[in-house]
Amino acid sequence: MPDTKMISLTIEGRAVTVPEGTSILEAAKTVGILIPHYCYHPALPVAGVCRMCLVDVEKAPKLAPACATAVADGQVISTRTEKALEARKGVLEMLLINHPLDCPICDQSGECELQDYTYQEGRQDSRYREPKRFNPVEDFGGDVVYVPNRCILCTRCVRFMDDVAHDPVLSVSERGDRAVIGKFDGADLTHEWASNVVDLCPVGALLSKDFLNKARAWELDRSASICPNCTQGCNAIIETRDNQVVRMRPRANPDVNAYFMCDTGRLDYRWINRTDRLEQPMMHVNGALAAVDWEPALAAAAAALRGKRAVVLASPMLSNESLFLLSRLGGRGVFRVAQGPEAPLEGVPDLALRADRAANVRGAEEMGFSRTAALSGVGAGDVVVIADDDLEGLDTAALGGATLIVMGTTLPEGIAGRVAVALPTTNFSEEEGTFTNLRGRVQRFMQARAAPGLARPMWYALTDLLALLGQPSAYFIASEVFDALAAAKPSYAGMAYDTLGLRGSPLPAAQAAGRSA
Amino acid sequence: MGFPHRSHPRETPLLSKHFGDVDARTLTGWRQRGGYRALEQALAMEPVAITNIVKESGLRGRGGAGFPTGLKWSFMKPGDGKPHYLACNADESEPGTFKDREIMRWTPHALVEGCAIGAHAIGAETAYIYIRGEFTEPLLRMNEAVREAYADGILGKNAMGTGKRIDVHVHKGAGAYICGEETAMMNSLEGRRGNPRIKPPFPAVAGLFGQPTTINNVETLAAVPHILTNGPEWYKGMSLASPKSSGTKLFSVCGNIQRPGNYEVVMGFPFGEFLRDLCGGPLPGRRFKAIIPGGASVPIQTPEEADGTMMDYEGFIAGGSMLGSGGVIVIDDAQCMVKQIARLARFFAHESCAQCTQCREGTAWTTKILERIEAGQGTMEDLDTLLEIADNMTGKTICVLSDSCATPVVSGIKKFREEFEAHITGKRCPMRAVAA
Repeated sequence: MPDTKMISLTIEGRAVTVPEGTSILEAAKTVGILIPHYCYHPALPVAGVCRMCLVDVEKAPKLAPACATAVADGQVISTRTEKALEARKGVLEMLLINHPLDCPICDQSGECELQDYTYQEGRQDSRYREPKRFNPVEDFGGDVVYVPNRCILCTRCVRFMDDVAHDPVLSVSERGDRAVIGKFDGADLTHEWASNVVDLCPVGALLSKDFLNKARAWELDRSASICPNCTQGCNAIIETRDNQVVRMRPRANPDVNAYFMCDTGRLDYRWINRTDRLEQPMMHVNGALAAVDWEPALAAAAAALRGKRAVVLASPMLSNESLFLLSRLGGRGVFRVAQGPEAPLEGVPDLALRADRAANVRGAEEMGFSRTAALSGVGAGDVVVIADDDLEGLDTAALGGATLIVMGTTLPEGIAGRVAVALPTTNFSEEEGTFTNLRGRVQRFMQARAAPGLARPMWYALTDLLALLGQPSAYFIASEVFDALAAAKPSYAGMAYDTLGLRGSPLPAAQAAGRSA
Repeated sequence: MGFPHRSHPRETPLLSKHFGDVDARTLTGWRQRGGYRALEQALAMEPVAITNIVKESGLRGRGGAGFPTGLKWSFMKPGDGKPHYLACNADESEPGTFKDREIMRWTPHALVEGCAIGAHAIGAETAYIYIRGEFTEPLLRMNEAVREAYADGILGKNAMGTGKRIDVHVHKGAGAYICGEETAMMNSLEGRRGNPRIKPPFPAVAGLFGQPTTINNVETLAAVPHILTNGPEWYKGMSLASPKSSGTKLFSVCGNIQRPGNYEVVMGFPFGEFLRDLCGGPLPGRRFKAIIPGGASVPIQTPEEADGTMMDYEGFIAGGSMLGSGGVIVIDDAQCMVKQIARLARFFAHESCAQCTQCREGTAWTTKILERIEAGQGTMEDLDTLLEIADNMTGKTICVLSDSCATPVVSGIKKFREEFEAHITGKRCPMRAVAA
């Protein structure tokens, strides 16, 4: 922007140039310096209350709060002078005098900023000899529990509910060291986006009931992923322990979900761990489904498909890669998508829990699949490929006398006797790939857990199947499928897997629309 | 709350002239005593001319900080297209201070007049008087005075028939010391929790409802009509010591002294004579031990320091303290300093708004240590800890409540260290031993 004045200053001896009005704290971030802070959060109004981000500004008589002080030309800022270090040490000591120091039983332990900064620059001992203040744990409703003894009153939660959720149910009650976060009478943290206060809380004061005492932070394996539970495509972190997903949390992406994730999305992860999975390829042998190896199963599937019209019933939870190769089976492609009420997060533009409760509705549409509620027009001579649709709520009579091929994570109930071939596939957490969100943003997700049994990514199984059907395809990694997709589908033209990064990239059409908007 | 004492001959009653004069409370009575002539004169003047007169008079803020009033008014840029506001700080809660209370009790119209002149001078059509929640009688008087002023056409959309609009609203606080901090007061007026705001932006840029706002103390505004009536030179001439301090100042005196009450003297009056002659000196058989001259937030003086102090902004600083709000708290030799300081700290701990870490935790921690020392459970290390906590509480927070709590602790330990040590080594309060 040419009309924005740029300010040049020095932070820790490094030259920094940032737009006018930038805070010292944000300016420092641009050169890789993290000034310790608690109350500041880039998505919330500045409160300036924790006083942890005090820095030394040359020639200024007093230390300045980096979060609330705008940069000025020629400023020389030091974050680690004795004065600044002593001030922060003082804040840390004060924050801990009434803190129960119950880290061994605190869920936040290991990902706690009070631990981190105390370890980094706090005192080794405490001079506090008085009894500690005590307040009982309070259920805040929704998925949130409040442990006031650990609270440092940074007010991030209050500001989130006030200024982002626009549902002001929290406040600071009382004064002085009696102060606690209070909930208005009769109100609960039942707002669809309320659980974000748990992520925002820098200490162990606001905890998720769902995650309570479930795992220690350092036992978790974390993978960058996408929330699969609606078309918004919130960037997420999937956390697993012993190959089980135990928590989903938001991953910042200013173009999609800012720093947030809705409660429905984050808490709906148990299906990812389900154990009644289809783990082996199966095919009809002597009148019954029998477990077989991949080769005979793929051969049987190819034989069933050869010369027949295929009707593909795909799940909109499938990746772009899988949907693309499914579309190459020819025939008709349809998908069903679960519905729910839309729930926007008021303070962030174009962020909502969407009515379409599946990650890749847009991708399915782009690959030529059409939305349907019921299956119709299936002839006895057709082959129906059930691609990870669980058939729940679908009238199976509509399948008529068609040959059924299941490619999916589970074998749908009630049709086992009629399935010719069943090929076990992985769910999104067990593979890598891409989803396209409702605004046409193509985003990558990483593998978070190991696949069960012999399950393979669906695109991988389809590569083999298509080869057997005479369609040349030799894809060994997801990126090869995506690049083939980009070459084949005009709406994805010019995109490359390797340049999607962790924040995704809009479809060329969506990008053009965004630019003209 | 009774009637005030009879004025001492060495006092210069300007604001306090009608204290105790029941008839001065009514509009009729106030007019008979020359009221509202200054407003009439002001409304005929250009706002900038009024501001200049106040500038020349040398009037400085009487709430504690002593900022030049005319300069503050000149920050309000005329014609910026924004509504301006005047907020009168009548949340007088500084321990030991009760001068604004008496102004509002006895001469409510003086404040209405001052507010109206101030509003006109800064280009505001609306003035708010934020009255401390515990002030029931002053609230009653102010409401009645404002009602009378509206009924008489002094206030309203055609103030004194000049076509200018001046509205004055009286707002009752809910009882929080911190709401006397100007930005917290603005939050409270807006219906929010009374938490101080980060400055900048300063109130003159974005204050009440985000608009340019001037906040003045009751005593400051009440002095303005006198300056307009008698001229800036006259006001500036009332100065016995430093020329940077002019006019009269009300001092509220309380504690262990013969004649507590409100006294109005010219700036620069000798503090020693003030305490001895005007206030009658110590109670029989007692000696002064400590003087807190400007409300609980200022450094404690020893009687020797107080003796050589001139009562103005510069004089009190030279005497190791500050003029502050003019709330003089006198402590004599029968009192335990540790107990007195612990009581002050407890007040600040109770009133901390809880925003800043150092204040929320530091005020309470300080109180606990002081009370432990007072109970004979202290250690010598506690004194060092207290001073280090005080250092952490000074100059590091949004407002100065934290500093205010640290101030008496630091000056107390510095000037009365032997009393603290006696508590520690004797494992009991030595004063209690005397009483027993």
